Amino acid sequence: MLEALALDCIRGERTLFSRLSFTLARGSLLRVTGPNGSGKTSLLRILCGLAEPADGEVRWAGTAIRRSREEYSRQLVYLGHANGVKDELTARENLEIACVLCGLAASEDSRSAALAQLGLEACADLPVRLLSQGQRRRVALARLPLAAASPLWVLDEPFTALDADAVAGTEALMRAQLRAGGSVVLTSHQDVAIAADAAQTVELGG
Amino acid sequence: MFGALRIMVRRDLLLALRRRAEVANVLLFFVLVASLFPLGVGPDANLLRSVAPGVIWVAALLASLLGLSRMFAADYADGTLEQMLLSSTPLGLIVVAKVLAHWLVTGLPLVVLAPLLALQFDLPADVLPVLVASLALGTPALTLVGAIGAALTLGVRGASVLTALLVLPLYVPVLILGATAAEAAAGGIGAQAHLLLLAAFLVLAAAFAPLAVAAALRISAE
Repeated sequence: MLEALALDCIRGERTLFSRLSFTLARGSLLRVTGPNGSGKTSLLRILCGLAEPADGEVRWAGTAIRRSREEYSRQLVYLGHANGVKDELTARENLEIACVLCGLAASEDSRSAALAQLGLEACADLPVRLLSQGQRRRVALARLPLAAASPLWVLDEPFTALDADAVAGTEALMRAQLRAGGSVVLTSHQDVAIAADAAQTVELGG
Repeated sequence: MFGALRIMVRRDLLLALRRRAEVANVLLFFVLVASLFPLGVGPDANLLRSVAPGVIWVAALLASLLGLSRMFAADYADGTLEQMLLSSTPLGLIVVAKVLAHWLVTGLPLVVLAPLLALQFDLPADVLPVLVASLALGTPALTLVGAIGAALTLGVRGASVLTALLVLPLYVPVLILGATAAEAAAGGIGAQAHLLLLAAFLVLAAAFAPLAVAAALRISAE
């Protein structure tokens, strides 16, 4: 269970949000909405522990995340604004490194299957610099089918540059994750067609 | 855990292999700087012999400084650094892997090339092993200390100059010990003391620099 307790976020002189609290139970989805610059990415970075809130605390399973950083990292899959994908490496090599960094134990075959699931089998052995923006995003998303054991997914604009098929595929992955009792936090400008029992929305800015 | 270390080192070596030009630049810089001195100073063999260790060491130091900024910059720009910060592998271990790969690519070739460059200075053959040994002990220490500077200046404008200003003062002990080791050997005093001190500096840097780099990366990425 992820808890945000009275989070304040200040960027420069501007207060992006203050006293923000919510609780995300197992198997539920949190969608963060708001206009550009309202602090969606900042909130996600705070939830991951990449940034410190000006005030307040994030807790995972009752423990403050800054006190159990490595333990928390094992539970978490974060897909940032940037893809974290190396242009010089192939999709296959990128996925292998991503799995090692995430601590996902995935065999060669399961990685190939994940790439196929994201529709990348034809270009799995090409350097990523030759791929389109949408395909690069798919390479970054290829971690998700392998991350079924991670109870928390934090996804920053996962649908950027994706075509309709890939959006539907990614939504299916999230639905499976929610059904399996995992939690998903995401920001998105598109409507998300996920009928989760416990979906909630945090609206920032405005 | 050490499997992760191996895969990270392999990743960085593979990246270096596919960006050969950047690596070649560092080596070319080293060769050119060291070659400018015999041209500038003139063909006085005694003078060249006496300045050789110092010149080769300064050239190696500048070359290793030149490559520093690329140690974390690409990972920072493409978001891989965030994944490293959130990794279940301890960040210190990832830093060790990155520093090791960086040294294998930009430090080890300097050590290998140094005896060839020493020919231009007519350095006596019995001094060469000491020069190589001092570089083999000194350049990893330079990379470790330099990594702290590179991590601290990540994402800052004009990072490479700032890194140089931060790191060069810390390079001074390594430079003094390294350059005087070869001079001591040439003078017949024996270089054991210098080499042992260099080794001690390396052990100290290897023990503490990865922790400092990890802390610096967390600050820079925020």
